[in-house]
Amino acid sequence: MDSFPAGLRVLVVDDDLAWLRILEKMLKKCSYEVTTCCLAREALDLLRERKDGFDIVISDVNMPDMDGFKLLEHVGLEMDLPVIMMSVDGETSRVMRGVQHGACDYLLKPIRMKELRNIWQHVFRKRIHEVRDIEGQECMEEIQIMRHGSDLSDEWHSFSGGELNSAKKRKDLENKHDDKDYGDPTSVKKARVVWTVDLHQKFVRAVNQIGFDKVGPKKILDLMNVPWLTRENVASHLQKYRLYLSRIQKENDLKASFGAIKQSDLSSKDTDGSPGLQNSLDIQKTDAASGIYGMCGNKTIIQNADPKFHEGELKGIVSMPLVESKKATIHDIPEPPKASNSRTAPNHAFVPLETDVKYGRFDSSVRKQYSWCEVPQTQFKQEHKVNLQIEKGFNHLPSVGSRPFTREREKPGYMDIKPSYTKRSTQQIRQAIPIGIGAYSFPVESENHMTGFQASEPILSTTTLSMKNHGLSQIFINNNSAFASADGDLLACLLQGDRCTSNIELQNKESLNYHSQDFFTETPAYVNETQRFDYDYPWETMEYPVIDQGLFIV
Amino acid sequence: MDRNLQRQVANMRKSLFDQGYLDEQFIQLEDLRDDANPNFVEEIVTLFYTDSAKLIRNIENALENNPSDFERLDDYMQQFKGRSSSIGAKKVKTECSQFREYCKAGNAEGCIRTFQQLKQELATLRRKLETYFEMARQANT
Repeated sequence: MDSFPAGLRVLVVDDDLAWLRILEKMLKKCSYEVTTCCLAREALDLLRERKDGFDIVISDVNMPDMDGFKLLEHVGLEMDLPVIMMSVDGETSRVMRGVQHGACDYLLKPIRMKELRNIWQHVFRKRIHEVRDIEGQECMEEIQIMRHGSDLSDEWHSFSGGELNSAKKRKDLENKHDDKDYGDPTSVKKARVVWTVDLHQKFVRAVNQIGFDKVGPKKILDLMNVPWLTRENVASHLQKYRLYLSRIQKENDLKASFGAIKQSDLSSKDTDGSPGLQNSLDIQKTDAASGIYGMCGNKTIIQNADPKFHEGELKGIVSMPLVESKKATIHDIPEPPKASNSRTAPNHAFVPLETDVKYGRFDSSVRKQYSWCEVPQTQFKQEHKVNLQIEKGFNHLPSVGSRPFTREREKPGYMDIKPSYTKRSTQQIRQAIPIGIGAYSFPVESENHMTGFQASEPILSTTTLSMKNHGLSQIFINNNSAFASADGDLLACLLQGDRCTSNIELQNKESLNYHSQDFFTETPAYVNETQRFDYDYPWETMEYPVIDQGLFIV
Repeated sequence: MDRNLQRQVANMRKSLFDQGYLDEQFIQLEDLRDDANPNFVEEIVTLFYTDSAKLIRNIENALENNPSDFERLDDYMQQFKGRSSSIGAKKVKTECSQFREYCKAGNAEGCIRTFQQLKQELATLRRKLETYFEMARQANT
């Protein structure tokens, strides 16, 4: 545990050269591994190039080439890293905005050393939550279903190698699951799916082809023709995408005419002839929800000022983006497929609050701006994040995209400080597997951050934004409380999970990196898929034992 | 002689704080000095002045050409304030805040006036710091 924070890989983004230098110095003093970047665009490039090369990003809010909040969204969506925002401005509204966009902390300049020392907690917390998600997931599902319920099982069966090894580790971690057999040789560890520009474009093309109103994970998956991608991956990505669109929508509307967003728009469902909108969430909440997306504490919930917003209701499932497609229809988002580890009561997860989102048109112009339309991921859930990690090292996802990636680093776009230790987390799979899209290797990242599980409790419960002089104290609510009203089983599992203390050292050890990306936001149209999808989950997530050397052969 | 110089340096340093030119951030910078970067403070101060020069020009241009674009002016000033906070330029920061107040109030004249003061404070601080650093260098040789 002592060694954990050391070597934390931090990317600092700030156009203020003096601060960049100061932060670099301070972070190094904390024994962190620092990379600095004075341009947001470069930072993104860097993050994309070095997939899994960073643990946390610290970024200024006010940068000339890109709004810090945008960067925040991109990072959260594409890389799912915790992001800390910085600013000299501590105005509550700005801070709130940061939170809404998913910042896991908001620091005021001048920043003190002690604030930086603590940033590792965000990384740690996130990982713990990811693990918990998966554990919770397992609690929910029965093994039989898991084993047989998925049509993806065949794929998984082809996994070779160290699953058993991983399975054992996984087993260690979950004392509570004694009755469950994790030693399945077919179990594979879920690696993180990284939605590259290329992949996302396939996704968007598929969505457009199907028609935004008719879209569903399975259909998209089929169209995308990316063999190693799972329906769950697509589903969660779809959710993010919707959220993103709805946010963009809102921003555009706000910009266009302040106050243009009216209640009537919300019920534009009628005008659009689409089914009633249920589960609309106040956009603020949507943002709030997506606010902490992926950043810290997947389970954290923003305590919104809105009285209608109840923590319990929000837990886990977040609003499902009610974004209108080009075809001008609104999606109905029913209750989240609870199977997918939803810890929420079915319908109630969605609080039928009015949304500020104007279901309007799908603003394609916004899309052009980002070749990669990220959708802030709702952190409520993070249920199972099942991700496959594509090793960028050698494949090469061609960087296709409307936005050219400037690879040249002119001047000190960023300065790389050589790490003093090797990447602590991964056991990467170095084999390239020709899949037809290129040679990809699927590194399975194994990181077990279970160290001192209990020790994490205090961190979790005291998560706050370290905002000086700000009344916003506990914005983030520990996920434990979030689950308080979940199913009894789940609760039990989670609690047990909390007590699951496996003192596996973080560094230089294989650990399990559970990332399940499961955001359900399924429309009624494909509710069936959803359900199957749910079943798939448990199976997938529970068998995650790390594939150390395993190959994901499709 | 050295001792005398050292005392002078210490006094000057103290007065910079007492007179409100610098705040505690400056001390943070001093704490970051180490063997690898013994002149860290000067390094940062230099970076500050060179990096913010462009921003100052931008503000100047904006005040001249678009004096009523308060949002942009405020934006620039926020950036500049961030920069000033890096070295603990207290008086400068105060001017920044004042400027932003005028922006919020839509007071172009106030902005212009404050900006002049800000530039003066910047220049004064620079002179003092240069003197201080020079003295400190001499005292340590």
